[in-house]
Amino acid sequence: MAQDAPQGRRFESPRASFDASGPKKPGDGDEVGGTCLEQTIVTARIEMLGVSKAFPGVRALDGVDFRVEAGEVHALMGENGAGKSTLIKIMTGAVQGDAGEIRLDGQTVRIGSTGDAQALGIGTVYQEVNLVPTMSVTKNMTLLRQPKRFGLIDWREARRRARQRLERLNIASQIDVERPLGSYSVAVQQLVAIARALEDDTRVLVLDEPTASLDANETALLFGIVRDLKARGIAIVFITHFIDQVYAIADRISVLRNGRRVGSAPTSELPPLQLIPMMLGRELETTERRAASESSAIHGEPILVAEGVGRRRVMAPFDLTLRPGEVVGLSGLLGSGRTEVAKLVFGAIKRDSGKLTIAGAEVKSASPARSLHLGVAYCPEDRKAEGLFAELSVRENIILGLQTKRGWLRRLSFDAQQALAEAMIEALGIATPDADKPVGQLSGGNQQKVVLARALTSDPRILILDEPTRGIDVGAHAEIVALIRKLCAEGLALLVASSELDELVAVSDRIAVLRDRRKVGEIEERAIDRQTIIDTIAGART
Amino acid sequence: MNEKFLPLLATIAVFVAIFVIGGLLYNNFMSTQVLGDILADNAFIITAAFGTTFVILSGGIDLSIGSMIGFVGVVIANLDLAGWHPLLAAALMLGFGFLFGALQGLIIDICDIQPFIVTLAGLFLLRGACFMINLDSVPIQNGFVGWFSGLGIPLPGGGVLRSSAIVMLLALAGGIVIAHFTRFGANVYAIGGDRTSATLMGVPVRRTTVGIYALGGFYSALGGVIYAFYTSSGYPLAGSGAELTAIASVVLGGTMLTGGVGMVAGTLFGGMILGLIATIIIFNGTLNGAWIMIVSGVLLFVFIVLQRSLVGSLRMRGAA
Repeated sequence: MAQDAPQGRRFESPRASFDASGPKKPGDGDEVGGTCLEQTIVTARIEMLGVSKAFPGVRALDGVDFRVEAGEVHALMGENGAGKSTLIKIMTGAVQGDAGEIRLDGQTVRIGSTGDAQALGIGTVYQEVNLVPTMSVTKNMTLLRQPKRFGLIDWREARRRARQRLERLNIASQIDVERPLGSYSVAVQQLVAIARALEDDTRVLVLDEPTASLDANETALLFGIVRDLKARGIAIVFITHFIDQVYAIADRISVLRNGRRVGSAPTSELPPLQLIPMMLGRELETTERRAASESSAIHGEPILVAEGVGRRRVMAPFDLTLRPGEVVGLSGLLGSGRTEVAKLVFGAIKRDSGKLTIAGAEVKSASPARSLHLGVAYCPEDRKAEGLFAELSVRENIILGLQTKRGWLRRLSFDAQQALAEAMIEALGIATPDADKPVGQLSGGNQQKVVLARALTSDPRILILDEPTRGIDVGAHAEIVALIRKLCAEGLALLVASSELDELVAVSDRIAVLRDRRKVGEIEERAIDRQTIIDTIAGART
Repeated sequence: MNEKFLPLLATIAVFVAIFVIGGLLYNNFMSTQVLGDILADNAFIITAAFGTTFVILSGGIDLSIGSMIGFVGVVIANLDLAGWHPLLAAALMLGFGFLFGALQGLIIDICDIQPFIVTLAGLFLLRGACFMINLDSVPIQNGFVGWFSGLGIPLPGGGVLRSSAIVMLLALAGGIVIAHFTRFGANVYAIGGDRTSATLMGVPVRRTTVGIYALGGFYSALGGVIYAFYTSSGYPLAGSGAELTAIASVVLGGTMLTGGVGMVAGTLFGGMILGLIATIIIFNGTLNGAWIMIVSGVLLFVFIVLQRSLVGSLRMRGAA
């Protein structure tokens, strides 16, 4: 991929020419409008130079340069762990960088706290509405800066100010500022959050996934307001996983990967086909496709059929079939709906449309317990939060799934538990001194194997793996991939959601491709390769 | 009509209904005399419960109230023996309550320990301290206490608003101002409503948490002072279980145990409801005292279920 070269060059130049051109007055950015020819000579609204940040064990940001012009909507893109949120947190004062410089309208500034950022005119609206739902709209909008009269809060004036703020977005007429915020839809709450973040002197507005839980109409409403703010000369940093929305609203795109900026370009010059490989990057190892002979185990009728399964605001209805001995991959960018598909099939998210048939029987009301009984097992993405009980021993963790299936009355004897755990430790090669070691003390790869072991003890016919190799080292990675192949050779049907294309290419017989919470295509065995997946995600093929 | 007043109105309606029931059961029940007595008898616990209201509004809990009431009484009685003026001793203990509460808040926030455990430790500590000082009841001899507890404003209908009730009502007024007309109060609601959001919005969580428990300590110490003056004695077992009665008063007053929703004024009526139930059952004369707890328990249960559904309807609309 040649993505690094041209954008990299464009971005180095402003820094060099910055001092020569001299700092300009704050506010003159309004005339700039973000045209790319001029931007090498004008002062950026906000500019971050050589920003680095390390957390214990992780280099979150490594010398990142990032600049946003006044009146520009700048999309910041990147997969999990790319460093987006760290960059934003440094910009908004929630975290302090280890190195680097921040300039606001040409002035070097120190942002030591969220209060500093607010005082400098940097407003933030976080992904989840970060207001208090139990408090009234007025209370939310005026918290910490309530007007006072004789030392006490003047609520009449506070209400007036709240309405005034809402009026800036032309939404004051739709909202009763006395009512609890929680009584309004998420979209309205999001707008209230924006109204709160906007001051008269707001220069930069950071929108961190503001559309994550909005539907199409609500998103359109939000975008109308964003365009309005843009016209007022506010620099807007827009973070989202929805590719379509980036092209709908952003003027420029910057892409982060593994803590570095890998590129930056006007939206018009960066079509999805170039953007997506930039975001995903490429692992160094070349992966081999699974030999066709290995997948000859696929036979017979589908064991799982999903027809139009979906849930409003979570995942558009999709079709999916799974046969014994087959590995179906779920591919897509972060936030595209991989986990949601896995959870809908497993019943961890309740579907509100469609029909799900497992082993010939229609599943009317899906739930994890019901799925387990039908022989479906699920290994969640976030081992620590959803998959394991870190304080419990390896044995107890392995037994848990089985105990659920048997019911608590028919308890397994200790000897049976021990035998089963030891068999699993042996079979999956879990590196642990004994079965009684707390799972939390094992390495990531071994923890993942324990999750797998637990899923396997219930003797499933369908196994759903969500990010089976997240956060584990290369050796363990290869072992997990080998294990997936072995399981499917034994006739198990597997559904594997993964953010790593090479991993999916290596194990899948078919790949369902997702984009923006929608299934956009399915790639058959013969056609599976990296490029086809990228093309499908980008919408070049469907 | 603002929906935030709904729980308060429900509490007042229940209070009035129980008062009317009492009036139907017994002659002379619906009088300012009974009302004045209930106010005076329960003033100490309701005052302490005002502090608990702040703690619960912030999503926390304070179990050290009852022990604080006992400890304050014992110390005042002993200082009285040593020749201190009761008012000076009371002022000292109010300061102590404030600092003790602040310390609990500091430990809760810095060490990130559940308030339940920290204040449970406070409960043991203070109760133990009571017994270290005295094993028996110590009378307060100073004439000021007798004079003070005799004070009262006559009410129409023969009742008297006693000094303890007056102090309690003043404490209520202070609580209302703090809760609804100061930034500190707004921050309490914010922390209780959504701690993470409050932090992101810039609420000084540590300072507010320390303030909340300090206020809780102050109000329970004030409850202790009221109790000591009202009974003219310090008794090491005074206020046993008062923390639970205070929590019940807060919940009956419409404050959510999950935090963020409720009003200080509700606690007054919550406490009065518990006082009314006790009075009605005592009025009967034949009923076992156990019925007080049984009826209170049933009422508490009904209230929590009602609250649950009320909040459910609020959250549903906003949920994604």
